[in-house]
This record gives sequence, C-alpha cells and structure tokens, in this order.
Amino acid sequence: MDIPYVVQPRQDTGLYNAKLGIWLFLASEVMLFGALFSSYILLRVGAAPGAWPHGLLNIPIGTVNTLVLITSSITVVMAWASLKMNQFGRFKVFQGFTLLCALMFVGIKSYEYHDKFTHYEVILTDGTVVDGHLIERTKEHVVIHPAAKHGASNAADKSHGDAHAEVKIPVAQIKKIENYGPWHNTYLAIYFTLTALHALHVLGGALVIGYLWGPGSKMWKTDPERFTNRIEVSGLFWHFVDLVWIFLFPVLYLL
Amino acid sequence: MSDHDAHDIQKSVRRYLFVFYALIVGTILTVGASYAKIESVAITVAVALLIASVKAFLVAGYFMHLISEKKMIYGILASTAFFFTGLMYLTVWARDQVPIGTIHFGDAATHQSEPAKASH
Amino acid sequence: MQPTTTHSHPAGTHEEHHEELGFWQKYIFSTDHKVIGIQYGITSLIFLFFGFSLITLMRWQIAYPNKPIPVVGHLLEKMLGTAAAGGVMSSDLYNAFGAMHGTIMVFLGVVPLAFAAFGNFVVPLQIGAVDMAFPRINMVSYQAYAVGGVIMLVSFFIPGGAAQAGWTSYSPLATLIPGEGQTVWILGMVFLITSSLLGAVNFIATIIQLRAPGMTWMRLPFFVWTQFVTAFILLLAFPPLEAAALMQLMDKVAHTSFFLPTGLAAVGGVAGAVSGGGSPLLWQHLFWFLGHPEVYVLILPAMGIVCEILANNTRKPIWGYKSLVYSLLGVGFLSFIVWAHHMYLTGMGTKISTFFQTTTMIISVPSVVILSAFFITLWGGSIRFNTPMLFALAFLPMFGIGGLTGLPLGFNFSDIHLHDTYYVIAHFHYVVAPGTIFGLMAGIYFWYPKATGRMMNEFWGKVHFWLSLAFMNLIFQPMFAQGMAGMLRRMADGGANYSLANTPNAIGGLSDSLIHRNASISHAAWALGLAQIPFIINFFVSMYNGKRVTSDNPWEATTLDWQTPTPPPHGNFTKPIRVYRGPYEYSVPGHPKDFTPQDQPS
Repeated sequence: MDIPYVVQPRQDTGLYNAKLGIWLFLASEVMLFGALFSSYILLRVGAAPGAWPHGLLNIPIGTVNTLVLITSSITVVMAWASLKMNQFGRFKVFQGFTLLCALMFVGIKSYEYHDKFTHYEVILTDGTVVDGHLIERTKEHVVIHPAAKHGASNAADKSHGDAHAEVKIPVAQIKKIENYGPWHNTYLAIYFTLTALHALHVLGGALVIGYLWGPGSKMWKTDPERFTNRIEVSGLFWHFVDLVWIFLFPVLYLL
Repeated sequence: MSDHDAHDIQKSVRRYLFVFYALIVGTILTVGASYAKIESVAITVAVALLIASVKAFLVAGYFMHLISEKKMIYGILASTAFFFTGLMYLTVWARDQVPIGTIHFGDAATHQSEPAKASH
Repeated sequence: MQPTTTHSHPAGTHEEHHEELGFWQKYIFSTDHKVIGIQYGITSLIFLFFGFSLITLMRWQIAYPNKPIPVVGHLLEKMLGTAAAGGVMSSDLYNAFGAMHGTIMVFLGVVPLAFAAFGNFVVPLQIGAVDMAFPRINMVSYQAYAVGGVIMLVSFFIPGGAAQAGWTSYSPLATLIPGEGQTVWILGMVFLITSSLLGAVNFIATIIQLRAPGMTWMRLPFFVWTQFVTAFILLLAFPPLEAAALMQLMDKVAHTSFFLPTGLAAVGGVAGAVSGGGSPLLWQHLFWFLGHPEVYVLILPAMGIVCEILANNTRKPIWGYKSLVYSLLGVGFLSFIVWAHHMYLTGMGTKISTFFQTTTMIISVPSVVILSAFFITLWGGSIRFNTPMLFALAFLPMFGIGGLTGLPLGFNFSDIHLHDTYYVIAHFHYVVAPGTIFGLMAGIYFWYPKATGRMMNEFWGKVHFWLSLAFMNLIFQPMFAQGMAGMLRRMADGGANYSLANTPNAIGGLSDSLIHRNASISHAAWALGLAQIPFIINFFVSMYNGKRVTSDNPWEATTLDWQTPTPPPHGNFTKPIRVYRGPYEYSVPGHPKDFTPQDQPS
C-alpha cells in the first residue's frame, strides 16, 4: 500500500503532501504567535501611562542575534538549492552553518536571560531604588553593581551619585528585592513568554535540521527527490521561525 | 519549485543573496531608526513595523517561495491572515469601546502610587 | 516538523510484513486510519460515560444538598478524602466535578468522537483514499490525546483536587484558587490541543490531496465537507487558546500577571502579590476565540453524519446539496467573528456589542438553511425507520430547539437577564446532548456493520433511542423555566440559598416549585444513565453475536465507504477507485436499483 503524492506533486493542487502539511501547520503557528502578539498589544495599550518599560534589553546583542538568524536563513535556502543542483557536499557545509547559527542564537539568548535573572531591583525602606546586577548576596547584606547601560538605571543614578561603584546594602534596609524575571512586570512577562516560545521553536527546528543533516541524510542515496523535499519542508519551518523573530526584535527591543 | 532545473536554481541563488543583503540592511536601518530620537511615538512604531513587514515579505516571498506558490497555499494563508486580523483588531477594539465612565485600572491610581516604576 | 509517511517503497514487502504484526502494533501503535478511528471511538465513549457520571453525582448534590450520596458517597470519600467527607459532596468537589464535566465532555468526549473517531474511520473511505496523508502523525495525535486524557484523570487525585474554575477557566479565579489543579488542567489541555492540531493538519491534507480520481469538490459527501470545515476551525481557533493556556501557565507557575490586573485583591481581600497590569478580559477573548468555533466543531460533524443517514434512509438525494456546502462554509467562516457574544456582561461598549450581536444573528441564517434542507429532504421520501434514522430524525427538532433558544442569548439585551442561568445550560445542552450526541449515536449504529461486519440489535437500539429521547427532554426542558426565573448555574446547593423558603419575600427569590424541579431533573438524569445500559451491552455483545451482514453494503448506500470489503483491510480498497457521480444518487429514474454508487460508471 502506497500513499500517493508523498514525493511527486498532485496534479490539480501542484503540491506534495508534506508541503501542504507544513503550510497548514505554519498557518496554525501564525495564529499561535498572532494571539501572543495581540496580547502584547492589548497589555501595552492597557498599561498605565509611563508604566511600560523601555530600554531594558541590550540592543547591540539583539541586533547580533538578528543577524545570526538571518544568516541561518540564507544558509538553509542555499543548502536546499545545493541539493537541487545535486551538490551534496555543499549541502552539508551550508546546513552545518545553519546548525552553528542555531546554537549561537540559543547561546546568545541564554546569555541575555542570565543577564535579566541577575539584574535586581532593590527597594529600600526609605523608598529609594537601587537597580543593577547582583554581585553578592549574603544573610547580612546585598552587593549591587548599578547598571549603567540600561535606561532602567535612571532611578539608581539619581539616588546614588556614583553610578558605577558597587553598592553594599544591609538586608535590614531592604523592603523588597526582586530580579527582572517574568514576574517583575508585564513587559518582562510577555518578553519571556514570546522569546522562550520562539527559542523552543529554534531548538525544535535545529533538532529536525540536525537529524536531516546527520543520520537522516542517508536518504539522499536511496531517494534523493524525497530527501530534497524534506529539506525544503524543514527549511520552510526554519524561515517561519526567522520571520517571527523579524517581528519580535523591533517589538521587544526597539519600541 | 521542484520543476526547476539547475540553471534556474543558479539564477535564484543570486536572488537569495540579494535578499540576504537586503535583510541585513533592513536590520541596520531599523536599529538606526530606533537610535534617532523621533518625537512621535506613532511614527517610530510605524517605521519599525514597516521595515519589519518589508523584511517579512522578503523572507516569505523569496526564501519560502511564496512569490510563486500554488493557489491552495494562498487560500489557506489568506484565511489565516483574515482570522488573525479579526482576532487582533476586535480584541483591541473591544478594549477601547467601553461604556462611558469606565475607568481602566492603572490609568491614574497606579501611576501615582508607584513613582519608582513609572520612572523606568 | 518533517514530512513523514510510514509506507515508503517497496510496498509489497511492507504489506507482507504488516500481516505479521503482533497485538501491540496492530491495535495500540497502529498507523491504520480505521484502527486509530476505533481507538478514538472507544476511548472517547469511555470519557463520555465518565463525564456523564460526574454530572449524575453533581445532580444528587443539586437535588439533595449536603446529604450523603447513596452507594458511591462512601467510595468517593475513600478515593478523594476530605473533599467528600461523610459521603457528602463538598462545594470544592462540586466545582471540580463541574469544571471537569465540561472539559471532559467537550475536549475528551464529543470532539474526539465526532471529529477524530468518525473522521478517521469514515473520511478516507468516503474519498477513496488508502489511508490518511500522514499515518504516523495520525498515530501520534491519538497518543497525545490519550496522554492528555490521563493527565486530566490524574488531576482528580492531586492535593487540592482537579481544576475548579469551570471549563472556561476564567482568570483571575482560575489563577488564584489554591492548589495545582489548574496547572495540571493546562498541561492536559496542551496535549489535547496538540492532538487536535496534528489531527486537523492531517485531515485537511488528506481531503485535499488524497481524493480518488473523479472525486471533485462537489462530489464530496457532505460528511467530508463538514470534517473539512471542522478541521479548519480547529487549525486556526485552537492556537489562540494554546497561547492563552501558556500565559495562564506562566501566571500560575512563574507568577506573571497576564490576566491579573493591578490592585487585584486575592482571597480574603488581601492585595495579591502580583506585579499587576494584566487584563482578565484578555483571557476571555482568547478563550472564546476558540470557545465559540468549538461549538461548531461539536455540531458540524454531527450534521454531516445526519446528512448521510437522512439521504440513505429517505432513499432520496439530499435537497440542495450546493446550498448546504455554501452554508457550511459560511458557518465556518462566521464562527470566528461571533465570540464576544459570550462576553456581553463584561462591560463591552454598545458599538462592539452591536457588532457581535449582528454577526451572531447572521450566523443563524446558514445554520437554518442547513436544517431546512434536511427537513425538506424528508418531504416525499419513503422513510426507513431503523435505529440510525430515528436518532438522525430526532437530531433535527432537538438541534432546532437548541439553536432557536440561542437567539435570546445572542441579543445583548435579553442575554443580560439570561446570562449564567440554567437557561444557558439548557440551550447548549440541547445543541450538544440530544443534538450532537444523537447524531453521533446515529453514526455509531450506522457504521457499526462496516467496522465489525455485524449489525447492532435493532430492538435494543430502539429501546435506547426512545428512552434517551424522553429523558433528555425531561432533563433539559425544565431548565429553561428555571433559568428564565433567574436560577443561576454553578451553585453547589442547587439554588437553595436564593430560595424563598430560605429568605421569604426576597425579591427574585426562587419559588418552591422551581427548586423542586431539581429533584425531578436529577431523577431523569439518572434514568438517562440507565437508558444507556442497553446501548453499552448492545455495543459489545453485537461484536460477537450480532446478525452478520450479508453484503458489504447493508444499507444500500451510494458513498464509497460502502464499496469496500467488510471490515475494510489495510489499504481499504481491493480495486482502483474512480468516481463518476455525485454522492447521493438515490432513486434515479430509469436505474434498475434505487441507489447508484459513486464509483459505478455511467
């Protein structure tokens, strides 16, 4: 028993099954990210005036990550084109670069996450706010290195003349200490949710691409046409992940 | 695209590279625009989203071959786009269209009570 | 996602290999669409029964508040501990059962039965395909469904019990109830949503790609059309709920405030330790963006089944096939832009209310067209009153009642009175219980001989039908009266707290006669449970003792699903299939027989 149109396109639709399948899947992905984007808009226009934070993220790092993802997109499409031109060696090289880019993206992303999780806002009992990275935390005191780069350090600048010196705060003076995790405010909540979901997609895509680059590439010898289709389909998914990031970057980093 | 022969592919490879450069330029532009302190929020948002849309069009159109895709795919994506627009637009509209006298939480009260956060 | 198909070449060797498969691969890890369909069918029937059992227990608490439940009360106490202390259902347990009744009936019972079970078994047969487009993904979607079901069941036994915020899980309530029931609920839902999405992709791809030669769009049986539209609804409406579920999970686990507003007071009036800034209405929007199309996911496949059975048993073509198809597409399209009629009471402005009110009224037009076409089909037919036909016929007025009682709920002004009362319960249960479930029962009796090669017993089928019809109406008809009198839903004491007996002369207090109907409704509900016994026995006994079918086409039907061997082998058809005619060529003048199969050359 053979299922038709696994490799060759059906005449009236011009599509092979998996291509239709991936586009349907991507349609549902559009709705998934679309709903989160809608939530972002609703939460943002619903925020109290001035309450929506700006400049919490490092734009140069975000830009580098954007370029990494764009690069991976061109290597994916070049890998597919190489198979079309019957150049399996070039395919391996290009797709290897793709995987490297994927790892780099996730690596940079985790650095950014780490940066946020060690970034603390300390509200003192006298009402002043110290904002910066946590250097040391003991039972008696907390050492914070006030952030200079980020806009969020304004408050700290005002309360402490020397913004770059480490500040040692006794625990007794602390009213509330909280890091910039998703719980800190609604902006960070949607930032973490959207980027984590996106990073999961990057990982998932890298897993599939990695399989087709490694053990799955054996199919090139037995059924090259079907293998090329698989690369095309996995590439479509990868481009979609890139596409989501194209919107995520300005929305979360720049606006 | 499966009916392309090697020559066509080589042609498209040049196009892919062009799209790649365009995407890089777009990224630099959008970052640059964000550093240029534009007063109007609306213009900032519009510029950023416009550049993002152009980039998205390039990726979808050329890398994903949507420029020359089959009707069936267009149909699926068109209905998806319609329902997505409906979801986004109607949800935001529902927030704005409220009976007269409605006070949104945070419009005034939180702004005053939490000066520390507002200064971010 | 990668393209997957199990059956790569060479086909011959694979086929032989398949015959050797052991029990596990043949029945549990099967990629055959018919086996998966039956897996879905049996699992979802069990969940339907379980979800129904929950409500039978709740009906005791409604009718006889705070009295120990006879027979099973003791057992409940043993299993669930203090939540059922002394065999009495606590309010928390009542809430949990209520939430899980809704969740199980909708997401684990009716949708898997209507969409996945019937769709899997029937659609590839009706379009003349060898299998689904992605058999392995098909298997995975059943497994995801099974895992989701197990997670939901397990949630009853975790500390604090199952989710208690209703199947709609409105935040902030859902987020603030102590215990992890809601978290487990969301996890379960993520699996169920994944299952539905994979299923939807598979169905659409199958219907578009694997139609047999000659099977044009306007030759598709109406049932296939309904599954097609249903799959699209699932594909595009479920992801927003998945997004909402993720955000609620974040609220629960990472203490974000997506749905928690600033200044929110938690239990006991203490301000919650949340960052605030969220929007409770956001949850409702995203939930109902799925929730309303979901109603059509429940009803459309049942309409498809009813259509097949009506055509077959009136021995007439369906009246207005094309208008049916276009109406169906209209319903599917409009179902995405009516959702906020569930939210009139949230303080929406008049403009947006008017918009949703208008779309809601418009969507009733194509629904009425479909129902009218079914009624007109009956005109002048020589009707065979077998069990499937009885259920299909009963579907028409029952769904009619359900649909028409929805109109007052679609109007903003009348909804303000009726919202959250028993009227709403009666309305949507008329749509889903004697509506959809009757359609599904009709389908079970109808396709049973194709799946097993034996007929179900007609006599016991009729007993099942008449008793179910009577008790369904005895349950839900009085609820309209209760609701219009102002009895609210989701009250663990059945409204006793608001009764005139409790507070004499209270304005709007519930009269004794209204409260007393609780008991009669509960008796009817238990009787409905008993009325399912003939069905259950019939279902299992007929597998071994039912009357054997004498032909592959015992109902003398025209569609391709009856032109296969019985039961169909792996790969379905024994000869290449080509389609020459429309789906309902019954009683064509000049033909020797009163039915002409689709694959019969002219």
